[in-house]
Amino acid sequence: MADQATFAEQAMPLMGSLYSAALRMTRNPADAEDLVQETYLKAYRGFGGFTQGTNLKAWLYRILTNTYINIYRAKQRRPDETALDEVEDLYLYRRLGGLEAAQVSRSAEDELMDWFTEDEVKGAVEDLPEQFRMAVLLADVEGFSYKEIAEILDIPIGTVMSRLHRGRSRLQKSLFDFAKQRGLADEDDDPDAPPRRQPQRAR
Amino acid sequence: MADCDEALHELYQYLDGELTEERREVITSHLNACGECFEAFDFQTELRQVVAHKCRDEVPEALKARVADLIEHEG
Repeated sequence: MADQATFAEQAMPLMGSLYSAALRMTRNPADAEDLVQETYLKAYRGFGGFTQGTNLKAWLYRILTNTYINIYRAKQRRPDETALDEVEDLYLYRRLGGLEAAQVSRSAEDELMDWFTEDEVKGAVEDLPEQFRMAVLLADVEGFSYKEIAEILDIPIGTVMSRLHRGRSRLQKSLFDFAKQRGLADEDDDPDAPPRRQPQRAR
Repeated sequence: MADCDEALHELYQYLDGELTEERREVITSHLNACGECFEAFDFQTELRQVVAHKCRDEVPEALKARVADLIEHEG
């Protein structure tokens, strides 16, 4: 039987990031709690098979994603591969950041954090089709390497890269839609049109 | 020296820290020379931080307690 104290000491502090990921995956707090609980139980039971000194967080994420796939994919009957439109890499930057940043000597970064609410960013992530959402979560939120993501999701590194690529582009498109809804950007998609995200600020 | 298309092509691998040291240096020297690409890369870096920062949720205390309890009972 696994060493309870060691497991508690090492695995419990990681629950915050696993719970956040579970929320993005299930999009529902009750399901996220069940998923985390199930993950920890499985992890504890399998802790003897975990090699100390290797990446515990990646190991837990692998259990989390497998558990999620087993429970929820069966339920949802989602197609395994979803096609996403090709969106350019700099979709958001070209529409919100580029011109402004080039015209004034301050970069867009001061405000980017304030442009979108937490709900908008979470919503944009949660709107991604499942396989893209997982890749984006693991890379952008959790900072796993391509190799770690490949191992967690049990897919080739090339697939990790293409899912990340498409997922990130789609995420930018969703964020731009939020920006448009709030009048931070023009309805007009034309990247050559000056952005009007701060009409009140004269400079 | 890399050109803009080349830099953009390796944007994500660069930001993800997945390039070889050699490629990384090539792209870095392009970014140092090209303000336009620098701004674009900078924006993407920030965007990533925004996503990471805003996707955090507090674990409900009840969940922590429940999991600790379950593990305790597993023995």
